[in-house]
Amino acid sequence: MDHFQRFREISANPGRYAEEWKKKTGGKVVGHLCSYTPVELIVAAGALPFRILSSGAQIAQADGYLQAYCCGLVRGVLEDALAGRLAFLDGTVFPHTCDTIQRLSDIWRMNIGGFHADVILPVKLDTESAAEYMLAVLQRFKADLEAGLGVTLSEAALGEAIRICNRGRKGLERLYALRRKRPDAIAGSDLHAVFRAALVMDRAELADALEKLADMLESRAPQAAPPVKRLVLSGGLCSMPDIYQVVESSGGRVVWDDFCTGARYFEGLVDENGAPLAAIAQRYRQRVVCPAKHAGIHNRGQYLVDKVKSYQADGVIFLLLKFCDPHAFDYPYMKAMLDKENIPSMLFEIEDQISSEGQLRTRCEAFLEML
Amino acid sequence: MPTYEKIIDSDKERRKIKADRRMREIMTAYYMEAKTPKEQRGKKIAWITSGGPVEPLHVMDVIPIYPENYGAMIGASKMGVDLCEKAEEMGYARDLCSYARADIASATVNGGPIGGLPEPDMLICCNNICGTVLKWYEVQARYFNVPLFILDTPITHTTFNDEMRRYVTRQSAEYIRFLEKACGRRFDYDRMAEVGALSIRAQELWQAILDTTMSKPSPMTCFDAFFHLAMIVTLRGTQTCVDYYEMLLAEMKERVAQGIGMLPVEKYRLVWDNLPIWYRLRWLSNKFMERSACLVADTYTSGWVSQMPSVSSTDFLGFMGESYARIFLNSGTDLMAENIIRMVKKYDADGVVFHSNRSCKPYSFGQYDIQKILRKKLGIPTLMIEADMVDERSFSESQIETRIDAFIEMMKK
Repeated sequence: MDHFQRFREISANPGRYAEEWKKKTGGKVVGHLCSYTPVELIVAAGALPFRILSSGAQIAQADGYLQAYCCGLVRGVLEDALAGRLAFLDGTVFPHTCDTIQRLSDIWRMNIGGFHADVILPVKLDTESAAEYMLAVLQRFKADLEAGLGVTLSEAALGEAIRICNRGRKGLERLYALRRKRPDAIAGSDLHAVFRAALVMDRAELADALEKLADMLESRAPQAAPPVKRLVLSGGLCSMPDIYQVVESSGGRVVWDDFCTGARYFEGLVDENGAPLAAIAQRYRQRVVCPAKHAGIHNRGQYLVDKVKSYQADGVIFLLLKFCDPHAFDYPYMKAMLDKENIPSMLFEIEDQISSEGQLRTRCEAFLEML
Repeated sequence: MPTYEKIIDSDKERRKIKADRRMREIMTAYYMEAKTPKEQRGKKIAWITSGGPVEPLHVMDVIPIYPENYGAMIGASKMGVDLCEKAEEMGYARDLCSYARADIASATVNGGPIGGLPEPDMLICCNNICGTVLKWYEVQARYFNVPLFILDTPITHTTFNDEMRRYVTRQSAEYIRFLEKACGRRFDYDRMAEVGALSIRAQELWQAILDTTMSKPSPMTCFDAFFHLAMIVTLRGTQTCVDYYEMLLAEMKERVAQGIGMLPVEKYRLVWDNLPIWYRLRWLSNKFMERSACLVADTYTSGWVSQMPSVSSTDFLGFMGESYARIFLNSGTDLMAENIIRMVKKYDADGVVFHSNRSCKPYSFGQYDIQKILRKKLGIPTLMIEADMVDERSFSESQIETRIDAFIEMMKK
């Protein structure tokens, strides 16, 4: 039996999953950009949090709204929305992250419609006033959701949503831990499919499915595996192409990543004993930051060096989405910090998913050979 | 081919703005002081973003230095490509802001206009203009190893709410504490009241200068505003700035009284959106002038006038955070469109020229929607120029000239 089949189906067509979920439950689907969306509140509202990623379809209509120097993720999701491929969404949430997402929110509000919430989070996360503001932002988001979806979010429902989301995070962390220990225990592409599905699935269903999957994979006897090069991926790949196949066929195994559609999504649990909103705010302030946020000037570089060391990685591949400013600004210093520790790294810029694959394969093979 | 009025320019000298000379003197003195060796200078230096709260620095006798102003100097002196390429060699992607690339590169070499900027003792970054400045100032904080203060100003997509107000007000107090620590002495609140009043006075004068272009013919164009802007950006909060703008305003009023326009013939009145294209200011100015099109106003230079109706000169600190948070660039695209509509009406403009600026995503994304809104609400023609403020490699002269021609043709109809 293929334990990944269900995840693969959802990953291949997340929209269909959302439509079926709607039909089955009669609930609402709330789309969102970025890992700073407090999904617990959406879950507590009885709605399905749906992380919007680009389908990768040809850009046609979005050209009338966004210039060509806008990143592929944002152009792609706007194209999907304009083409009606996201018609199942009852609303969309835009957390404040980068300049581009900020403008996408405006363009979306004026041209797509539906329930619209801006979650205007602080950009600096390391001060007391920012902490206070962050909590106030969550309180406002709660009120916006209640008004927009016509529900009331009780403390009990929030507590339950936190527990469910934490279970999902733990499940993902177990898969990452297993892969770290035994890189061949789970294929990168399978984990990729699990992750893509995890970003859109009903969180209770997801938590159950992940627990089952992790139990099964952990119980399998380890097989003798040829030595591999252990890699950490870093960069801004919000659009999530499946680069794992490329890495693996070149003889590499990914043991960690610093993606918002990866480790950053599940790292750190929300305290289940605290006041719900304060606990959610706390997690966002303590979690490793996205480069559009500020928590000190060496935060991300140090995180990367630490992960490479503690997970005994042989090298780092930086994957940068073209036109992603926050990541592009961080790359030189993060590379310099790796250089200082004699950790080899490689940079690959991704313009769009399809044309990049061949090039990436060549570069990846050369890099792994060098390691 | 369209035919243009032959420019009869016998009184070119009469149309020149006389205050320009004084402006150059002041800016030279300002940079001279900043470039004086630290031991002789005595004063500390802060690098600050163009939309950052400079007034408390004047209170503390800290010299504010603006890397963005320097970016404009780099662009205007056509040194942008060299420095941008240098930054690209350092690993910074070509798609990043050209001000940032040029500044990051020039910090590492003894080059650029005026031989580079004096090294900072501290960095003040306000993200009301973009998220880019946050990353740029992080780079410089690592490079110079000096303290960094961030004024985090939440964007007003639709409304500015109470929690935002409280957040930015609390940060104003944090800013003062940061300065006290960096300078090693107490903050002088009485002096703050004086500096605050001077800043507000300068903003009023600057707005009054910009408003003289409501007259026909317009006594100046936005290209002149781009030049005189340096004062409100770098020296607001000082008596020098107020004195200079009083002089400039008097000259503008005199020009209006005498009917002196900046253009020999003013047929069309236009509004400019986004940053200037620094390395082609003269070229663009001439192209529009030859076609009797006068750029009477722009969204950029008016950005340094507080949009807050209730700003109080007696409680500057109390309003400072909100005032800086609510600049037009830190607001929703539809609010930015409304701002342009107001300007078109106020200055009686016939069209709008948009600079789609690869370097400035928050300013440029949304421009297509603004174009649509203008078409719908005002029915006026618009022009989109694809370029970059400093990096000349993104400028296509022939294509832009063709577009300007087509745009002028539309206005003739």
